[in-house]
Amino acid sequence: MSEQFNIDTVENAAATPDVELPWAELGLKQNEYEEILTILGRRPTAAELAMYSVMWSEHCSYKSTKVHLRQFGQKLTEEMKKDMLVGIGENAGVTDLGDGWAVTFKIESHNSPSFVEPHQGAATGIGGIVRDIISMGARPVAVMDPLRFGAIDHPDSQRVVHGVVSGIGSYGNSLGLPNIGGETIFDPVYQGNPLVNALAVGVLRHEDLRLANASGVGNRIVLFGARTGGDGIGGASVLASESFDDTKPSKRPAVQVGDPFAEKVLIECCLELFKNSLVEGIQDLGAAGISCATSELASNGEGGMQVELTDVLLRDPTLTPGEILMSESQERMMAVVRPDNVEAFEAFMAHWGVEYSWLGEVTDTNRLIITWKGEVIVDVDPKTVAHDGPVYDRPYHRPSYQDALVADRFRDSAAGADLPSSGEDLRAAVLELMAAPNMCDKSWITRQYDRYVGGNTALAAPDDAGVIRVDEETGMGVGLATDANGRYAYLDPYAGAQLALAESYRNVATTGAVPMAVSDCLNYGSPEDPEVMWQLAEGIRGLSDACMELGVPVTGGNVSLYNSTGSTAIHPTPVVATLGRFDDVSRRTPSGFTADADGQAVYLMGVTRDELDGSEFAHLRGHLGGVPPKVDLAAEKLLGDLLINASRDGMIDAAHDLSEGGLAATLSEMVLRFGVGARVSLDEVLERDGVDLFTALFSESQARAVVAVPRTEEVRFKDMTSARNFPVARIGVVDRASEALDVQGAFSLPIAELREAWESTLPTHFG
Amino acid sequence: MTARSDLPLIGDYSSPETPLSGARIGVVTFPGTLDDRDAARAVRLAGGQPVSLWHAEPDAAAALGALDAVVIPGGFSYGDYLRAGAIARFAPVMDEIVQAAGGRDGSSGSGAGLPVLGICNGFQILTEAHLLPGSMIKNDHLKFLCRDQVLRVENNTTAWTRDYAAGEEITVVLKNQDGQYVADEKTLDELEGEGRVVFRYVGWNPNGSRRNIAGISNAAGNVVGLMPHPEHAVEAGFGPDSAEGMRLGTDGLGVFTSVLAGLAGAEAGANAGVSK
Amino acid sequence: MPTIVVDVMPKPEILDPQGKAIAGALPRLGFSAFSGVRQGKRFELTVEGEVTEDVLRQAREAAEQMLSNPVIEDVVNVEVQS
Repeated sequence: MSEQFNIDTVENAAATPDVELPWAELGLKQNEYEEILTILGRRPTAAELAMYSVMWSEHCSYKSTKVHLRQFGQKLTEEMKKDMLVGIGENAGVTDLGDGWAVTFKIESHNSPSFVEPHQGAATGIGGIVRDIISMGARPVAVMDPLRFGAIDHPDSQRVVHGVVSGIGSYGNSLGLPNIGGETIFDPVYQGNPLVNALAVGVLRHEDLRLANASGVGNRIVLFGARTGGDGIGGASVLASESFDDTKPSKRPAVQVGDPFAEKVLIECCLELFKNSLVEGIQDLGAAGISCATSELASNGEGGMQVELTDVLLRDPTLTPGEILMSESQERMMAVVRPDNVEAFEAFMAHWGVEYSWLGEVTDTNRLIITWKGEVIVDVDPKTVAHDGPVYDRPYHRPSYQDALVADRFRDSAAGADLPSSGEDLRAAVLELMAAPNMCDKSWITRQYDRYVGGNTALAAPDDAGVIRVDEETGMGVGLATDANGRYAYLDPYAGAQLALAESYRNVATTGAVPMAVSDCLNYGSPEDPEVMWQLAEGIRGLSDACMELGVPVTGGNVSLYNSTGSTAIHPTPVVATLGRFDDVSRRTPSGFTADADGQAVYLMGVTRDELDGSEFAHLRGHLGGVPPKVDLAAEKLLGDLLINASRDGMIDAAHDLSEGGLAATLSEMVLRFGVGARVSLDEVLERDGVDLFTALFSESQARAVVAVPRTEEVRFKDMTSARNFPVARIGVVDRASEALDVQGAFSLPIAELREAWESTLPTHFG
Repeated sequence: MTARSDLPLIGDYSSPETPLSGARIGVVTFPGTLDDRDAARAVRLAGGQPVSLWHAEPDAAAALGALDAVVIPGGFSYGDYLRAGAIARFAPVMDEIVQAAGGRDGSSGSGAGLPVLGICNGFQILTEAHLLPGSMIKNDHLKFLCRDQVLRVENNTTAWTRDYAAGEEITVVLKNQDGQYVADEKTLDELEGEGRVVFRYVGWNPNGSRRNIAGISNAAGNVVGLMPHPEHAVEAGFGPDSAEGMRLGTDGLGVFTSVLAGLAGAEAGANAGVSK
Repeated sequence: MPTIVVDVMPKPEILDPQGKAIAGALPRLGFSAFSGVRQGKRFELTVEGEVTEDVLRQAREAAEQMLSNPVIEDVVNVEVQS
């Protein structure tokens, strides 16, 4: 085959300083390009330009958020660091579970690709986050997916919802990873920019922990897994200056196509490599592909690496060096292998039928040198690519509309007039609420996911958290929940981020797990808009403050910016995942009344205030304004402690937190879970908290939960809550025979009727 | 080369000592197999000794000779990209399994064949290998479906169902994309006539399977294939919801105790024969 | 009754996991002559009556808009089969 490209070597670059390079088309700003010139002392080669442009992108460099994200590392107490084996900065954080076990988890976004091609975008989102988990040395054990779509009745939602759900399902199901939960929200703000976030969790023994660094001079660098194609390079290649013929495919696909089978084989193969201690360091290939893997590995290790790029196995032989460096082809890993392990490594590759190629070795030059047929096309300090990218402290200010937004209280608005008060109207309102797109039954989605594979799933959607057993001997395991409320965060970005944490913390504690660590996926609009930047800065400040107060460290996550529908930014949407630990997952608390709980007392824990701004009910009336519910982290922590203790000591047989939709939603979900009804009377709550029945049912006050307490445990339960000074009210009993949710003095709603309304929404829209 | 064998997901996989702990049940792993650990756990919880069987086992005949029964678990072997099970059936280990089980469907009625259970993708592989008749196509509603599913045990005389009562209704897990069982009318009539419909869906047909068929056997009853997953209903706390409570269903355990009971019975019979 | 056949293939630059898996299996069965496999889809559209230019146009539009996903697939053939 004849040479297809003019190779832009370092030598050539030094000799031709005036060649115009398409830095702007690659997304670099003038000042950034000038910075590259300064670093190199010459113009970059085309390949170097490709590397810097992808690694200095917002996505890879966090250049707009770095100055704010530091707070997650600064607001840490010794207590918070106690169980943290690996914090922010690696592929995923690692938390100690005791007995030699550790857990790693991370949440990430795949928003834009999931709008362009929903099925593949969502599928490769799962693939990418799972590879992050593998590269820590862990076996992935579960996935979760918080999703936000446009309006449920918008024509394009058909394409996006079907594609995203089938993509997550087909990829996750094929990997043998149970999907244990998530969220599904519909709101027009996400119409042109759905949020597809994916979480993966993995477990490992301490000794299996692996990090992404290339250490040991002379160790070999290997790329294995799928071949490299043009995936994710996008559009016509702007690196055309590298090429002088037109025979290559005119377009590079902007979407990546996933091969879950290849990834499943890669998982098993990597775990055997770890078990046999055959890799010194490992890095998955995701965004920025080989550029990221080589520069990260080199700069985290002893600082030098030499790689021959023509040794990369290609799916598309027309790719230029720059394109190979930028390609985001899926299901690839890069590892560092000691020379004496090369043979054993190759035997495992043959066993699993995985393709690999040796690209080079670790050096002590402090330079990342990449050659093309022996000619040097990249010669850089890897740290300047991976870590020393631009950092912006972008200007921000409180939006001009914020004061008016906050002043627009639901109660005072036209939408807030004529609120339901009669029993009949309240009954209709509960039915309307539970049929609403955000509150309705999500099993149309979750039944397309395998929640059983692995045999360790102790809880999954629709319970408050997904729960996975880690140790079969002891029953030790973890619980995970993801939450966010974009409306709250729009009304108050600082409080909104805290409320997201509060809810996921509460969900985990409600199942009985002790919250230990947090991963966050910060979905915001353009950081170049000072009003959006304010939302982002406030969100990070709020979340980091709240993490410190609750004592749960952020161990990793991701920032997704430039999310907007048309020119309108999405609601700020900080999705927070909390991970908790169970001594024994068999103690997990179900979220609904079981048949066994018949006759048990139903308690409402916490205080109800008149907090309807930003609520689901206000949303149903088309209103968004005012101030979100009050954040009370001390109460959240106390409630969590009580729920965990009550679960451990067998004082409660069911527990469900209160969040969107308030008490009406919580009670509805509790009777729907196993089809076992309840009779409640809210008189004591109305009197104690000074609210009316409508408010008691629909307010979204925080730090609340409903529990079912066996008669024999009531004294103990009440003693415990009063000793800690936490308000509880006995609001009723579980009543199996009633087959209804009965709110005394107001209405009785047969479970069958409630179920019909709750279950039919998604099938009606999506078939 | 270490076999992928002892790669416990988590926890200890040593077998408890039981009267049946000598029974060695092979669990086949192809690239893309997913429920192999679950099948191994089910064998262990039933009292047997699970043995990993790699699809490309260098000496498949010897490996198989040391086993008392084989489970082909669920998953997406080779991605199921061509047809479910279509590539896996050509694996070296499959030839040996077909032989040991008594040959292609109909060629052996001796009943002496190796007990073989195909679950989900394993069932698909058994039909592609022609150990069982018919085939599986995409669910009639075209979606992957995961749910707790009620089955009726139509035949409790096979190697894998003898611990159930005839007509017993059990709840196990169903999860698949290509679960619609199809065969021509003549084959279906034969299956019905010979009592080879082993499991049938109750209440609702979750995938459009002909005559609500969830599982079938070969003529001798040693080879059984079913679409739902009994191995996911073997441990309280991690199974389907049951009348006893959330995730307490263990109805699937009977499939695995059945084969162990049969093996124990056969051994007792053989010993009795020797002593005579 | 005439049939319009529509063939859809994954775009050449897009990964085709199906084709890849099959290509990997062929040599194991002794079919060593093939260096690659790509798996596409064939649709058969049955027409009541004559295939007019308008019917063919509809078939082409359906092929582009519904039978294929232009992001990852190409319609490579639309033809009448009598």
